Amino acid sequence: MSDSDSIVAETAARIFADLADPQTVNAAKDQAWKAPLWSALEENGLTLAWVPDDLGGTGASLADGFEVISVAGRFAAPVPVMETLLAGWLLTQGRIASPAGMMTLAPMRPKDRITLGGDGMLTGRARGIPFAGDAAHVAVLAHGPKGAVVALAETKSARIAETRGIAGNTVFELTFDKAKPLQVADAPAGFSQETLMLMGATVRSLASAGALAAILDISVRYAGERVAFEKTISKFQAVQHNLARLAGESAAASAVATSAADAISSAVTLAAPGIYLEAASARIRTAEAATEGSAIAHQVHGAIGYTKEHILHRYTQRLLTWRDDFGNESQWAVDLGTKVAAAGADELWPLVASR
Amino acid sequence: MTTALNFDPIRLPKECEDLRKEVRAFIKQEIAAGTWDPSAVGRDEAFNYDFSRKVGEKGWIGLTWPKKYGGHERTFLERYVVTEEFRVANAPTRVFFTADRQSGPTLLKYANEDIKMDILPRICRGECCFGIGMSEPGSGSDLFAASTKATKVDGGWLINGSKIWTSNAHRADYLIAIFRTSPPTRENRRHGLTSFLVDMKNTKGITCNPIIQLSGLHEFNEVVFEDAFMPDAHLLGEKDGAWKQATSELAYERSGPERFLETFQVMIELVRVLGEKPDARGAEGLGRLVAQLHTLRRMSVSVNGMLQAGKEPVVEGSVVKDLGTIWEQKLPHKVREIAAFVEPEDTANRVAFEEQLAFATTIAPKLTIQGGTTEVLRGIIAAGLGLRGR
Ligand SMILES: Cc1cc2nc3c(=O)[nH]c(=O)nc-3n(C[C@H](O)[C@H](O)[C@H](O)COP(=O)(O)OP(=O)(O)OC[C@H]3O[C@@H](n4cnc5c(N)ncnc54)[C@H](O)[C@@H]3O)c2cc1C
Repeated sequence: MSDSDSIVAETAARIFADLADPQTVNAAKDQAWKAPLWSALEENGLTLAWVPDDLGGTGASLADGFEVISVAGRFAAPVPVMETLLAGWLLTQGRIASPAGMMTLAPMRPKDRITLGGDGMLTGRARGIPFAGDAAHVAVLAHGPKGAVVALAETKSARIAETRGIAGNTVFELTFDKAKPLQVADAPAGFSQETLMLMGATVRSLASAGALAAILDISVRYAGERVAFEKTISKFQAVQHNLARLAGESAAASAVATSAADAISSAVTLAAPGIYLEAASARIRTAEAATEGSAIAHQVHGAIGYTKEHILHRYTQRLLTWRDDFGNESQWAVDLGTKVAAAGADELWPLVASR
Repeated sequence: MTTALNFDPIRLPKECEDLRKEVRAFIKQEIAAGTWDPSAVGRDEAFNYDFSRKVGEKGWIGLTWPKKYGGHERTFLERYVVTEEFRVANAPTRVFFTADRQSGPTLLKYANEDIKMDILPRICRGECCFGIGMSEPGSGSDLFAASTKATKVDGGWLINGSKIWTSNAHRADYLIAIFRTSPPTRENRRHGLTSFLVDMKNTKGITCNPIIQLSGLHEFNEVVFEDAFMPDAHLLGEKDGAWKQATSELAYERSGPERFLETFQVMIELVRVLGEKPDARGAEGLGRLVAQLHTLRRMSVSVNGMLQAGKEPVVEGSVVKDLGTIWEQKLPHKVREIAAFVEPEDTANRVAFEEQLAFATTIAPKLTIQGGTTEVLRGIIAAGLGLRGR
């Protein structure tokens, strides 16, 4: 999935580079950049790439949508492009048409639970939801009386509380208290909250890999500019080795996330064998890389990287926050480890070798 | 423009999976016949000529080489599958491993036709063992400080000096070694070393002294050369230009499954010790290891896809070896921690586990040294990032 292979990726990269240059967005005094950026993404059909034509989208392939997500990660997308893609994908599972505009989705934590009562109302709490202040609509996976359902609701039908993400950025807690959805439909057989977590985890993994590639670029460039002790810091072996480690973390994240996205893109169903290992591993390993990689990038930058003015935090804060979305690495590891142990020692290698 | 490395999600094609089935069946049969015990540790039976001949008969040595030289013209990805299945089963592959991985490809590229016709088919039959003579007492990471000297005489070269840490030398039929044919130049300190094929069985003036490792194993040696004669035909490639030839070899040497699976047995035993229903602590530890292993393998398969496509993924290979060797080195320590609360009476597998753990812990230090240290690899990666010259 190199950049040049995909027109969709090229389009996305061009739009972000033109309209959401991280430096410009970071320095902006207001949000004037936001509307043109969103319209460009929307007009080019990128935000509803995973929604078929008859449901209001552009019906692109899963692979194309994943390309958009990589690019969004590389630019630390300041708009809910990933969330809207995922929300559209979720609504499509229930054949609910996607509205135009920004969307977010809920729940994004494996243990948060939203239910649909017999009265057709949504109840429950979802933590860590980004962009709830911007998105008019929220796609919801809820537990109905007869199984999983997909719902489309107005975001304002929930109580919205602003909270701090782990890295200091804003996320929201949505509380549905007998909220009336706009539309509800049964999820397809076999589709559960785990399925949503699996897809969401893969999306965040891919975005994290994109952001890690970006902080590697930024750090390498900075090391070639900053002078200390009369030479650029890139000449110090300790700095070189830190950057080599960052390159390794970035490479690992990109390899495992790209692999998971590729596995999902070419599978008939998310329940296909091997998809679980790919997605769980992607989530775990990219979150580990986010922890390591962010720390290295900050170390290379010294004090300047610790300022609001510098763009580094746009990436590192997202990287650290994304670790908690759709199951954090510890939760996924417990789940994966439990499954591997249950299958037994003799199945360990065959499982790994099957991918 | 981005500095990040690309690892395409290469999938193993169907012929690889067919081959994997054959290899697994063969391994199962050989283990049942007592050829080796996959759970045995610290043994020297890894040099097993009966086994290597059988592997040769199967056609699994020199898989990618031209048929003309006994090879099978199959893909790097097929070779990958054979290598990983043997590695995971702890198969005694020492006779052919080095020859198959790197010496054969070097000969293919640089040896004359007579030598290729003579030696390559023997490697493919599993009858011919190779070693690598690079390191010297005064030259390890700094390969280009090698001083063992080749002096021109009529019809060949006389070698004087010594190599050290030479794995397999006590069994090997041949070494591929570098010797100094000229002093380095002011412009290029890498200049002046030349690659030679050393016939270990038929050359006077070579002494091989064993060096016992801290694990108790005898794998490497000191090799002393006293007026040892190398015929002209044994000079491989360009005189004084060994440094140019080293790079492509490194991509082969550094990206394979052996670069993260050397302590893998201990992970299998961990799963046995944890049992079917580990607590959250055990499950999390295991889950992370599986995710990390899957990642390394996907990277390593990807690099082999690049080799298959005719690329020279030196930086990518170095990344795989850096991450892979650190992972396999930490593995016994992590496994020890994960299993800390599992009581011995919980499991009948404790003895096997402890044996594997002790062995993996003992060999762990070498993993980030052999074949280029962590620091050397990071230097190569840093060069790939444009931070320094190569
Ligand atoms: C099990 C085993 C098998 C081996 N088999 C073979 C073999 O078959 N053939 C063969 O030729 N060799 C073999 N070797 C040798 C191996 O290639 C060398 O050990 C290795 O290249 C390191 O060299 P050294 O041991 O001299 O360490 P040194 O080069 O002396 O290094 C010591 C320490 O200094 C660091 N260092 C050195 N230079 C730098 C630098 N520029 N920047 C930062 N740090 C630096 C190293 O990374 C290391 O941490 C084997 C080694 C082992 C352990």
